Amino acid sequence: MLTKEQIAQRIAQEVQNGQYINLGIGIPTLVANYIPEELEVVLQSENGLLGIGPFPTEENIDPDLINAGKQTITMVKGSVLFNSAESFAMIRGGHVHLTILGAMEVSENGDIANWKIPGKMVKGMGGAMDLVASADNIIVAMQHCSRSGESKLLKSCSLPITGIRCVKKIVTDMAVLEIDPSGGFFLKERAPGVSVEEIQSKTEGKLIITGEIPEMKF
Amino acid sequence: MINKVIQDAREAVKDIPSGAFLMMGGFGLSGIPENCISALLERDINGLTIVSNNAGVDDFGIGLLLKKKMVKKMISSYVGENAEFERQLLSGELEVDLIPQGTLAERVRAGGAGIPAFFTPAGVGTEVAEGKEIREFDGKLYLMESWLRADFSLVKAWKGDSAGNLIFKGTARNFNPIMAAAGKVCIAEVEELVPAGELDPNQIHTPGIYVQRIFEGKDYEKRVEQRTISKS
Repeated sequence: MLTKEQIAQRIAQEVQNGQYINLGIGIPTLVANYIPEELEVVLQSENGLLGIGPFPTEENIDPDLINAGKQTITMVKGSVLFNSAESFAMIRGGHVHLTILGAMEVSENGDIANWKIPGKMVKGMGGAMDLVASADNIIVAMQHCSRSGESKLLKSCSLPITGIRCVKKIVTDMAVLEIDPSGGFFLKERAPGVSVEEIQSKTEGKLIITGEIPEMKF
Repeated sequence: MINKVIQDAREAVKDIPSGAFLMMGGFGLSGIPENCISALLERDINGLTIVSNNAGVDDFGIGLLLKKKMVKKMISSYVGENAEFERQLLSGELEVDLIPQGTLAERVRAGGAGIPAFFTPAGVGTEVAEGKEIREFDGKLYLMESWLRADFSLVKAWKGDSAGNLIFKGTARNFNPIMAAAGKVCIAEVEELVPAGELDPNQIHTPGIYVQRIFEGKDYEKRVEQRTISKS
């Protein structure tokens, strides 16, 4: 089983040179730590920044400079700041190439649920609905199962949906899967030491297995 | 040049009535109108509707207004950092409209720009789309959203001049410029207020035409929610 850091590390392999990328809160934020230095990419923060840099040192903390997770950050050279309407104009306008975000549930047709548990948790969707409705390439980073051991890869989402038919790829602590255009989780890679049978037993939705499934490489 | 300068926060918010529809700039606690919130706390008003991306934390920002039961309804996109908010919401004391962040921003922008409605893909197929007009453009579905306009918008800028022109700093800009335009009365509090003519017109983010009142705030706390640092 992968750690959160390893999930982030595996997702970083999906990043391509020249991309503008939006990273969600949680595991997606960690992806930034593993993007190869030779790639030129720009990280977008939906609160109004292109060009997120590393966390500041203690003496460089600026309360007027945070990411969408409200964490203190720095800016890289060539950064630009803008207002929230401009930020989502670039998101909805299709100018952000890759969106990586967390999820509570993903369905086999690519629906995602990650903003609400009725009667229990009311945090809101933030920018997630805009992002998943707009980006062409959406990768989900999440645990394969909930804390109580239930599969989070489902036939259809039980929680309120954030977006429909939008997820392209999922990286969990057990596997890399792609959403098949005709429905189903196409198993592409296994986490080291995790068998296809284990993945099958933890996947409630339709799992598509063809040929040998390789282990992830790091 | 028209002089927009007023004395202080107390004067700025003195005519905001109970039941007013307000907008407040800020993302998390960054770029919130701290001085105006403090001055509102001294007023004996309630039943406010507040448009703000977040709802503060329990002991700072809008959270203080919630605690005093001054707020009837919040229109926000993310409220995860406020336990009192969640309590009032689940118990039914507080109404809330949760709106996708980009839709919230565009509704505010549209309000200031005189565009009554627009179509967005955000929320299609979700409960956000319930009761809304859906239309297809070039093979993709979009839903109609309407503008938001406020009685008063309360914004915070870094620098401003007596004509109401504003410059923001860092990611404290966020919703502030679009809310300035969407309020019938925009109240701007700034860290540094200068006479008209001292700001470079090339560098101004919000033209003073949108701002009706401006004052220099004081004692900014600028509380940080997630203090993350690099080890090296």
